[in-house]
Amino acid sequence: MATKSLKWRGNTDVKTTAVATDIRAELRIRPAALSDVPSVIALDEEVTGLAKPVYWQDTFDRFGARSRAGRFFLVAELQGCIEGFVVGEVRAWEFGSPPCGWIFAIQVRPKGRLKGVGTQLFNALCERFRRTGVAKVRTMLARDNTTILSFFRSQGMMAGPFIELETTLD
Amino acid sequence: MMKLQKATCFALFAVLELAADPSRQLAAADIADKYGISLHHLAKVLRDLGRARIIESARGVGGGYRFAGNPRRLTLMDIIELFEPSASGQAKRDEPRPTTDVGRALRVVLDEIDEHALATFRSITLSTMLKIVAQRPWSGMNDRKARKRAAQR
Repeated sequence: MATKSLKWRGNTDVKTTAVATDIRAELRIRPAALSDVPSVIALDEEVTGLAKPVYWQDTFDRFGARSRAGRFFLVAELQGCIEGFVVGEVRAWEFGSPPCGWIFAIQVRPKGRLKGVGTQLFNALCERFRRTGVAKVRTMLARDNTTILSFFRSQGMMAGPFIELETTLD
Repeated sequence: MMKLQKATCFALFAVLELAADPSRQLAAADIADKYGISLHHLAKVLRDLGRARIIESARGVGGGYRFAGNPRRLTLMDIIELFEPSASGQAKRDEPRPTTDVGRALRVVLDEIDEHALATFRSITLSTMLKIVAQRPWSGMNDRKARKRAAQR
């Protein structure tokens, strides 16, 4: 599990290319709408190779349309196209943890990577978490998912105080 | 269990020092002085990094070494593997297999630790490392400890 204190703000990349700057200026981060769900499904399928329409519709129903306080489903829109999305929620007292923000999913269109789309989504979600009063943000991901692991690391996330364990049910 | 060799640590010091400012040239002696390490040993490490095209050397007066890689792509693991090909698991595959149940069980636990270590090294780019250096998270820890001590007084 990776965690980050929300005191760290903003992107401190060593290099920012002109292309990336242009995209960052035009990119719009906003709450997901029902009409974005097909784009989210398609983007996720492009990245993972697996279409999960029921899952994403259900995720939108819970985090987007009738979202409760502390639940967020944001998309990054560039010239009418969805370039990425992020889903997160403030959760409290599970595993003895005080309230903190959890990031469940983040995806950026492969062609749009390393241009700051993920960073903008991450920062926008962290800003919403901050407004709810939490000071930490956490996520969990597969050990071999080096791309996303590197992304979260680049945002200042480090290993947190929890260890995830599992067993196979016979 | 994974433990970095001296040459690997020297390589990480040198690469991070040079990557902090890719336009800057540094002499091997400057790096050795800063980190308090053997110049002779560091020179060999720098040659290997040069062969891997991670750094480049400039000859003549004012010569030295300069970073030549992509800090957002190169990970700690990329550097480690140059000096410890065994780090990614080859040595483990060459190791004799444990022949007892206790030995096999111990291997399972040690492998779990190694897999976490490898995932960590693979996920941290030089660019991310430089951010950690700049953020100085350890000074925050010291500050917190100092505040706690002051509060206790």
